[in-house]
Amino acid sequence: MSDIDRNYASLSADVLVVGGGPAGTWAAIKAAQAGADVVLVDKGRCGSSGATASVGTGIWYVEDQPELREAAMASREALGGHLADRDWMARVLDETYARMDELARVQRYPFPVGADGRQIRDDLQGPEYMRRQRTCVQRLGVRILDHTPALELLADADGVVCGARVLDRPTGQVLSITAGAVVLAAGGCAFQSKTLGCDVNTGDGALLAVEAGAELSGMEFSSAYAIAPLGTSLTKTAYYSWATFYRADGSVLEGAGSTRGRSVIARTLLTERVYARLDRATPDVQRAMRKGQPNFFLVFDRLGIDPFTDMFQITLLAEGTVRGTGGVRITGDDCSTSVPGLYAAGDTATRELICGGFTGGGSHNAAWAASSGSWAGHAAAVFASRASRRGRGPDQLRPVGSAGIRPAGAPTHGYREVVAEVQRAVLPYDHNYVRHADKLTPALEALHQTWSAVRDGLTGAGEDLFRAREAAAMTAHGRWMFHAALQRTETRGMHKRLDYPRHDPAQQFRLLTGGLEEIWTRPQASSPAFAVTAGTAGTAGQAA
Amino acid sequence: MIEVVERSRCISCDICIQVCPTRVFDRGADGIPVIARPDSCQTCFQCEAYCPTDALFVAPLVAAVPGDSRFRDIDELTTTGLLGGYRRELGWGHGRALGARTAIGPEFPD
Repeated sequence: MSDIDRNYASLSADVLVVGGGPAGTWAAIKAAQAGADVVLVDKGRCGSSGATASVGTGIWYVEDQPELREAAMASREALGGHLADRDWMARVLDETYARMDELARVQRYPFPVGADGRQIRDDLQGPEYMRRQRTCVQRLGVRILDHTPALELLADADGVVCGARVLDRPTGQVLSITAGAVVLAAGGCAFQSKTLGCDVNTGDGALLAVEAGAELSGMEFSSAYAIAPLGTSLTKTAYYSWATFYRADGSVLEGAGSTRGRSVIARTLLTERVYARLDRATPDVQRAMRKGQPNFFLVFDRLGIDPFTDMFQITLLAEGTVRGTGGVRITGDDCSTSVPGLYAAGDTATRELICGGFTGGGSHNAAWAASSGSWAGHAAAVFASRASRRGRGPDQLRPVGSAGIRPAGAPTHGYREVVAEVQRAVLPYDHNYVRHADKLTPALEALHQTWSAVRDGLTGAGEDLFRAREAAAMTAHGRWMFHAALQRTETRGMHKRLDYPRHDPAQQFRLLTGGLEEIWTRPQASSPAFAVTAGTAGTAGQAA
Repeated sequence: MIEVVERSRCISCDICIQVCPTRVFDRGADGIPVIARPDSCQTCFQCEAYCPTDALFVAPLVAAVPGDSRFRDIDELTTTGLLGGYRRELGWGHGRALGARTAIGPEFPD
């Protein structure tokens, strides 16, 4: 018997929210405002954990003027390989506008004020945003359980998701939480590459969802890498718009850039060092940069580097599906999934609906988190009120987790070994950034072997139980990514295939992926983007 | 990576123990937090941002620094103003103006 099946305490709620970042906090706020009794669990700590809390982020906030909204939507369609959906984009722009207004009025977020006397609401400081979100959640009476990762979901006999088992890390005790509905807002997966604040983003949400029967979408769009000064966690790439990139001998690295030329950097880093200097920033821009993102300079100041005059060595750190757009498939406007009682939000969900196949970046992901979280939280509250499952004992519910918690055989692997194997397969630039079947195929085979070891022999006790689960989630994530990446035999959005460098109009569809033992990938039968943009498919989206 | 817990500044409020997403700290027998799991540190600077007395310092590198590193020298960190630098920028702490209020970044080039 694994630790997870020993005696456990239990509690119940109408809505359980897994994850306390922006999507999870908005979900909790909207569920509580709809009258639900809400429990929010975070493996780290709601308010200081995850991809947003330790960064500054733009947010896709566009004034409510038709021509501005139109331009905002149009600007991304070709980049995303025409896989986004106009209706979803419009809804997210509306919702984000409303939520940022609420953030200013209720959470009293101190947006800066522009020369025209109006608040500027298209940028957020992560620490300030997230501490206010936490306070708001607490004031609404939501019970927050920090340092409490969800280990597995619970389902009833009909397959309806009815709660989760969670681990209280300080005590090592497993709790069972029964709920009328569950919102997964546990972030994406960055494979513990040390990208800022993301060691906690290990793809737990996708694994929890797939075990319960959900599907994924866009997992091939998972090749995001961010620029960082070598040896640091400072993956804030936006300011490299003012950078020039250099080789070790001081010559300019031609074709390198922070956006379209990032793959040049990746290819160069395979064989030599790359340096950067933000030497295209004017003194005015330099001053504004310090105001805009103070933690960018925190690291340089501590290193004693002046990034405007000194050349510094850089690296690229994987951001997987944190900045990629793949995640749990959304099946309804309310962020429901194909599993009743289960909702997905933020980076756990696919962001193809608004970004297609090109990175959500900070800005789109932040808008998606606020919007999808709000919709999922409200919908979960409504679902829970219609089919009240409160009072149902955990004994009547079936735990649906397997890998990392219920090994099929005797323990053979520790989580550290598994994480190292996954990182060796997923992180290299020539496996994941610039892709080719010659590298993807053996890397996927290695991941399948790691998965067999995980399934048969990985578990742990106390804190190590949740670490084992993280390792299992990362293994599964890598397999879904590379399976889908091999299936899409073209270059589209961020997905770059060296062996298929062209955009193929016949592949203008979303790819669904799923499965645990046997992984499958198939085109989505009714990709809504197809009908809208089929006429222009041959001329746009040459993203290579 | 977290390098410094300065005993003379620490007021044993336990905030860093709570705030750390990866549970790096344990409470020591004397109430001063102990860096119990340094390998879990993800260099996210949250503990430093929340420490009300600037008793913590996170070095900008993801790997541990040598014992004689300037990132462990509390006197130098104080003199150079690096200690507490993040909270100053955020405007967190009594009598400070919130940094978010004036955080207007540059217009990005096309």
